[in-house]
Amino acid sequence: MKSFKVLGSGCKNCITTAKLIEDKARALGVAVEIEKVTDMAAILGFGVMSTPGVVLDGKVVHAGGIPQPDKVTGWLEG
Amino acid sequence: MFEIFTRLADWTITDVLALEPGTKLADAVHFFVEDTTKIFVLLVVIVFVMGLFRTMLSPEKVRGYIEGTSRGIGYILAVILGAVTPFCSCSSVPLFIGFLEGGIPVGVTMAFLITSPLVNEVAVVILGSIMGWKMTTVYVVTGMSVGILGGILIDRFHMERWVEDYVWKIRMGTMAQAEVDGSVTGRVRYAWGEVRDIVGRIWLYIIIGVGIGSALHGYVPQELFAQYASADNPFAVPVAVLMGLPLYSNATGIIPVAEALIAKGVPIGTVIAFMMSVVGVSPPEFIMLRKVLKPQMLIFFGVFLTISFMMVGYLLNLIFA
Repeated sequence: MKSFKVLGSGCKNCITTAKLIEDKARALGVAVEIEKVTDMAAILGFGVMSTPGVVLDGKVVHAGGIPQPDKVTGWLEG
Repeated sequence: MFEIFTRLADWTITDVLALEPGTKLADAVHFFVEDTTKIFVLLVVIVFVMGLFRTMLSPEKVRGYIEGTSRGIGYILAVILGAVTPFCSCSSVPLFIGFLEGGIPVGVTMAFLITSPLVNEVAVVILGSIMGWKMTTVYVVTGMSVGILGGILIDRFHMERWVEDYVWKIRMGTMAQAEVDGSVTGRVRYAWGEVRDIVGRIWLYIIIGVGIGSALHGYVPQELFAQYASADNPFAVPVAVLMGLPLYSNATGIIPVAEALIAKGVPIGTVIAFMMSVVGVSPPEFIMLRKVLKPQMLIFFGVFLTISFMMVGYLLNLIFA
């Protein structure tokens, strides 16, 4: 089980990012747990200022926009 | 260089739609075709080129550059970086907190947030190609001056007391630097992603902007503007600014409207004041900033921007009269 956190204030880009990971995971048959983090203290705690950001198993792998689809595939397969 | 778009518009009117040149409809269609094609082509090219270099400049890096500089340099650096660093407006809150946490003064941070929507590299290139470099320089210089002045006033009057208390308690983790694919293919792929992302986000503003511009261009008689919006009417500038406040558009989307207004003889100061008011103040951003700023600060922010846009309008009308 891969654990993802999507960091963001709940704006459209953050929702799109979470959905992108969810859809890719379903298509690839990978079990994931996706949590949306909207608490500012928690987001900054990860060292991220530009949202949406993505945390995979506790490590920041992306910040500042919707990630590229093949990047998402990389996280799921890696 | 840009003649091709004019020719394309000529060809659309005469050969494709067989309209009588010089009629109102033909004028409006000509404006629409020329501006939409020109703006979208420029937009794709600029965003792509900037996308190749984008990884060199992120808000995280900007914080690093400004941190530790003296106040005076901080303001100037903040507005320049604000102009060239793109970020989704939904990032303004974490960005604000992150800057403060790095020890950057509130005024310098606000200077960055004021300039960022007002001036950006995409809008500057499109403005330059449509309205000429004089108007563009004036727009950029006044936009940055408003940012610097706002920042200085906020620090001068110690408005940091109007930042929500919890903001000061937030501690930031080690600055995350997500790994970047620095190869040529990686950069090209990233740049295309940027093009899709940005065009997808602002295409509607552009279409609406060009639509309004075309309608003004083709159907609204020049006399109407001469009567109400000339420099002789002292109320033209404040009315333009107040009308622009509740409206929101991306900086690129407002350019065709400004183009049509200038062509109708509306003075340059009035047009720039209107553009800034539409682009620089957006109700959604205010609601977002309420999370970190107390109401007093938001009121100051709104009043300051409104007054400075009016001053910009009067001043430029005076200079370019």
